[in-house]
Amino acid sequence: MQSDATARPPDQTGASARFRLQANERDVRRVLGRIMAHLGERLAEPDRGTVEIVLAEVLNNIVEHAYARRPPGRVRLSLTRVAGGLCCRVEDDGHPMPSLVLPDGRLPEITEDLDLLPEGGWGWGLIRSLTADLVYERTPRANRLTFRVPVRWNDHGGQNGATARDRHAAGG
Amino acid sequence: MKLTSEMIDGAQVVRVEEERIDASVAIQFKDRMRELAGGTSGRVILDMGRVGFVDSSGLGAIVAVMKLLAPATKLELAALTPTVGKVFHMTRMDSVFAIHPEVPGEGMRHAI
Repeated sequence: MQSDATARPPDQTGASARFRLQANERDVRRVLGRIMAHLGERLAEPDRGTVEIVLAEVLNNIVEHAYARRPPGRVRLSLTRVAGGLCCRVEDDGHPMPSLVLPDGRLPEITEDLDLLPEGGWGWGLIRSLTADLVYERTPRANRLTFRVPVRWNDHGGQNGATARDRHAAGG
Repeated sequence: MKLTSEMIDGAQVVRVEEERIDASVAIQFKDRMRELAGGTSGRVILDMGRVGFVDSSGLGAIVAVMKLLAPATKLELAALTPTVGKVFHMTRMDSVFAIHPEVPGEGMRHAI
């Protein structure tokens, strides 16, 4: 079984970078490392952090919920650079979203009582605040989430995807 | 999950010697903090200066540690890096913790 997160770097203008991982926490960490290395210096802070937060929360949700009570399966990511940011498509073969609707992303309440303070439930709030064009689709067997992270690219390459002169293209 | 601990100006300063507190280490982090700081009283300052990334599971673990140390011990945070600060701010958890720009007494320690 191939458990390592694998990357196929884009080679031409308009191409997407594809990553695959097993839905477990270690693979999530590993693939985030590869994605951030792949994006390299083309993104500066705070945009790098924004992309990492969004992808981490999306992938953690898949590990925790889509593959809950079933053996962890595959997750497929496709990242495409556009003028207005980074377009992401994330697919898994896990349970559908309850009622086929994305959570509203309301942040958990902060209480005066320390014991009642939330220890989670922030994921969709973070994702919704940091993305645009968020769409969830259920195909017969898979969940597909697409969204754009509005970030500014450091260089002025192509409008779609990575450019041919992309100095990271050979890396992966 | 490597954490180191020392007393600085009467507070226990726990330094997180890791780049990330995320879902893959959240439980370890909670357990190690319980070992290091459980049963103490006073102030525990978590030095986050080396931590470049915290996800919502990591944030949840930090909140859980604050709860398990209370009420005898107050958990405070120091030296949040920008992305970590952003997660605390966006979830409004920056209103729950005392957050110091840097580890108190650190400048003095270097001067000696």
